[in-house]
Amino acid sequence: MQTKSIKAQNLSKAYGPVEAVKNVSFDVRPGEIFGLIGPDGAGKTTLFRILTSLLLPDTGQASVDGLDVVQDYKLLRQRIGYMPGRFSLYQDLTVQENLQFFANVFGTTIEKNYALIRDIYVQLEPFKHRRAGALSGGMKQKLALCCALIHKPRVLFLDEPGTGVDPVSRKEFWEMLRRLRDSDITILVSTAYMDEAELCDRVALLQKGEILAIDTPQGITANYQRPLFAARSDDMYRLITDLRALEPGADCYAFGEYAHLALAATATRPTTSTRPTTSSRRTSNAIPKIQQYLETKGHTNIEVLNTTATIEDCFIELMHN
Amino acid sequence: MDHAIQIEQLTKTFGNFTAVNAISFEVAPGEIFGFLGANGAGKTTALKMLTGLLKPSGGQAWVAGIDVQRKPEQVKRRIGYMSQKFSLYEDLTVRENIRLYGGIYGLKRTDIKAKTAVLLEKLQLEPYADQLVAGLPLGWRQKLAFSVALLHEPRIVFLDEPTSGVDPLTRRQFWDLIYEAAHNGVTLMVTTHYMDEAEYCNRVSIMVDGKIEALDTPRNMKKTFAAEDMDEVFRKLARSGS
Repeated sequence: MQTKSIKAQNLSKAYGPVEAVKNVSFDVRPGEIFGLIGPDGAGKTTLFRILTSLLLPDTGQASVDGLDVVQDYKLLRQRIGYMPGRFSLYQDLTVQENLQFFANVFGTTIEKNYALIRDIYVQLEPFKHRRAGALSGGMKQKLALCCALIHKPRVLFLDEPGTGVDPVSRKEFWEMLRRLRDSDITILVSTAYMDEAELCDRVALLQKGEILAIDTPQGITANYQRPLFAARSDDMYRLITDLRALEPGADCYAFGEYAHLALAATATRPTTSTRPTTSSRRTSNAIPKIQQYLETKGHTNIEVLNTTATIEDCFIELMHN
Repeated sequence: MDHAIQIEQLTKTFGNFTAVNAISFEVAPGEIFGFLGANGAGKTTALKMLTGLLKPSGGQAWVAGIDVQRKPEQVKRRIGYMSQKFSLYEDLTVRENIRLYGGIYGLKRTDIKAKTAVLLEKLQLEPYADQLVAGLPLGWRQKLAFSVALLHEPRIVFLDEPTSGVDPLTRRQFWDLIYEAAHNGVTLMVTTHYMDEAEYCNRVSIMVDGKIEALDTPRNMKKTFAAEDMDEVFRKLARSGS
């Protein structure tokens, strides 16, 4: 019995002078939803292609479901499902024909594994005679997922399933993934939407081919060290500009209705301790100060609150380091 | 004309399918207006009519005071447009892209030269001026594309999913540029799938099945729908349309 569904060790891959993946290592446990979170160009697709045996790494090793991605590629391909980032189905075939095709290629039938895709396929059933190319974005995504699942893979690879898909369809898609996890399928999913990190069991934050952090989403946000505030006023553009000038080391970015202001960790943190409890006690004195500063700058309807870091705060912070 | 954009009963049908169903609203000068909706709700069709690329089937719209039905070519000249899908020519250098767009919009050669210098400095792209756009990180390309869309000093700019796929820091730096443009009086109409970005807009509209189902400030909209954030508002409204 192997203990890891995916094992990546020191993987590197360069395209000419561009190092797409630099010495990346991570493990995914059986039954886990593991997220590769990062912007375009972070190396997500290159990692997917290596792990699905479509691309040879320059250095390093990887195994999926106990099979080496280079040596055992033939067997490996039977055991995995792969949904690439671009819509990869036959646009001229109908919904049903696409599914039939993928079942045939893997030497199985739709009926045999229907239970696995039923929840998803019932939503497609009314359109089963429609050409895949004529489906809406959300429907295409559901069909692609069905086709990747039809041979009951042990490990599912989903490369940016949410890109260009509206928030409603994205949410439905994640609900489907959570149900799939209960059928004992390990899922590696990549996304550029940071808010989706919170839906994974564990995540790796990826930037320019390197892993910035690996942890549970809660673990990543709990690790944020700087005093963090949420602020708003009537003029958000001026608010952000003014808060950046509050003191050296202050960073300020728009976060929804509020702007997040991060102060320098060293400025407010006592030298003896780095416990968050100490820094939050110090930050409570900071709020009236920030408020006063904004008043002298002529802001109106000012609101300043303590806030906790989101994955995006953490990602921005890790990018700075 | 007081409004930057004025839309009255604007409609587009394809055969017996009504993609945009008699929508009406106005956008004020200097406003950041979020134009939201699920895939297939009709946003792209509406945007195409407003940018003079598609003839309306009914209703009227004025962009910068110009009737889009009767003078689509004039509309195109007065607006800026940037899309995530296509903006810059990847096989041209940074400088060549700026020159190309300057030329298309009829700027004088001396103006293009002066504007190129200002733009390169502002975006800190001087060292990369003679590199192909294809080699630039996506985030830089998008900032460049936005600046190029502003080159001919349009009063109205349409941004169609400008920030898809970029990192959180670049995404915010991009919004700094949007805020700055609005601060300088430019009107911005933005589509996005990031609901936190909906909050950065002065007002947003949510389109469902070809109609505007809600239009308000993000704050009021959250109140109306008793929602924590715009994501929840969107889910409550758009679920029926997906």
